[in-house]
Amino acid sequence: MTFDILILDSNEMTLYTQSDKNIRMTWVYITGFLVFVIAVGYVFAGAMSNSLVLYIAVAFSILMSFGSYWWSDKLVLAMSSAKPIDHAANPEIYHLVENLCITAGLPVPKIYIINDSSPNAFATGRDPEHSVVCLTTGIIEKLEKVELEGVVSHELSHIGNRDILLSTVVVVLVGFVTLLADWFRNWAFFGGRSRESDNENGQLRLILIIVAVILSILAPIAAVMMQMAISRKREFLADANGALLTRYPEGLASALEKISADPQPLKEANRATAHLFISNPFRGKNVSKFFMTHPPIEERVKLLRGMSS
Amino acid sequence: MIILVVIALIVAGMYNGLVRLKNRVDEAWSDIDVQLKRRHDLIPNLIATVKGYAAHEKEVFEKVTEARANAISAGSTEDKVQAENMLSGALKSLFAVAEAYPDLKANQNFLELQRELTDTEDKIMASRRFYNGNVRDFNTKLQVFPTNLIASSLGFTAREFFEAAEGEKENVKVEF
Repeated sequence: MTFDILILDSNEMTLYTQSDKNIRMTWVYITGFLVFVIAVGYVFAGAMSNSLVLYIAVAFSILMSFGSYWWSDKLVLAMSSAKPIDHAANPEIYHLVENLCITAGLPVPKIYIINDSSPNAFATGRDPEHSVVCLTTGIIEKLEKVELEGVVSHELSHIGNRDILLSTVVVVLVGFVTLLADWFRNWAFFGGRSRESDNENGQLRLILIIVAVILSILAPIAAVMMQMAISRKREFLADANGALLTRYPEGLASALEKISADPQPLKEANRATAHLFISNPFRGKNVSKFFMTHPPIEERVKLLRGMSS
Repeated sequence: MIILVVIALIVAGMYNGLVRLKNRVDEAWSDIDVQLKRRHDLIPNLIATVKGYAAHEKEVFEKVTEARANAISAGSTEDKVQAENMLSGALKSLFAVAEAYPDLKANQNFLELQRELTDTEDKIMASRRFYNGNVRDFNTKLQVFPTNLIASSLGFTAREFFEAAEGEKENVKVEF
């Protein structure tokens, strides 16, 4: 059994039901994640007898993530030497993106090109008005027009679904858990004084400390696993929504196959930006399924092909 | 007493939701209009260019000109949809005729117009899809519970989809 999609009979799933299901599962995961985060917070704050640490952790986490969210369009471009194109310079690509935006009811994002023969693409930006779509020269050359349309519509779906905002919120929560775990380990290591007098709840406190010790190791890992599960669901959702835009799921399906068959790693990607790309830019990494930002290509292609919209 | 206030608030919320969806449909329709008008504007230049090489193909020119005039003057949604679909058909014939004139096909002006018209057709299709998506959302909202209870009494009626022409739906016969 996988965490991702329980397909009882893929013939009964349309792009619409897929999309609805992915949205539902996102809510389920987020709610579960919030419950987890609150529970973790309770345990750590209780163990250290210090609830102020919760507020500090939230504030820190938000601060660390806010900049990268708010200026996500400028940041990623600065990190990856991408060059902008406009209507005059590259009318075919511009029209391709523009027409898909008309179908989606989105404003046309800024379009950038990275000079790299490895086929890949990403989208970012804090909201549709400040969004960016980036394509490698490799993907433009190696893909047919309908395949490129499938890729671009997948990226536009990320923008329209506000996935960048969602993943920032998730990252803040993961950061919150990780910070608390780190601080607890420091606190325990350096003697563990508490701020309030704790004579009454001695028993409870002891239990909380024991649980906190376990959590300080497991919680960050569990948080990342949940983050990845949410990320994978949103990728499936972007696939389904993108195919609904073009009414041609085969375009994206064959594009994904071509991209994954290409052996070249993307030179520009680093671990911070890897999750944004349409396909994992690091080739050949054998990561456990639960830590993958993207679902396996075979599953994505199978779902796209099993559907007729 | 409180129950009445709550119900009033709920109804107000439903009404606002319907207004929002209806306005989206209207906006999407005028977006299609923008693209259709762009197509109307490109046509006179196209006819002039083709006439320069194929002056005697009077029938197809007349067909396009007439279809264009009908499309511009059409009133209701249904008439507009029909007229625009007929214009698409007439343009197809014009480009089919142009195939027989290699000099015309090499003409820069003609190629540029063809490219722009193709892009405009793509944009018309894109805005049609967006319009249909909004019509679907609006019509669905009109039909589901509980908005269906109040929708007609508040004056909201279902909108029509921008359908493909009957001719377009038939399979094209290819003859050699």
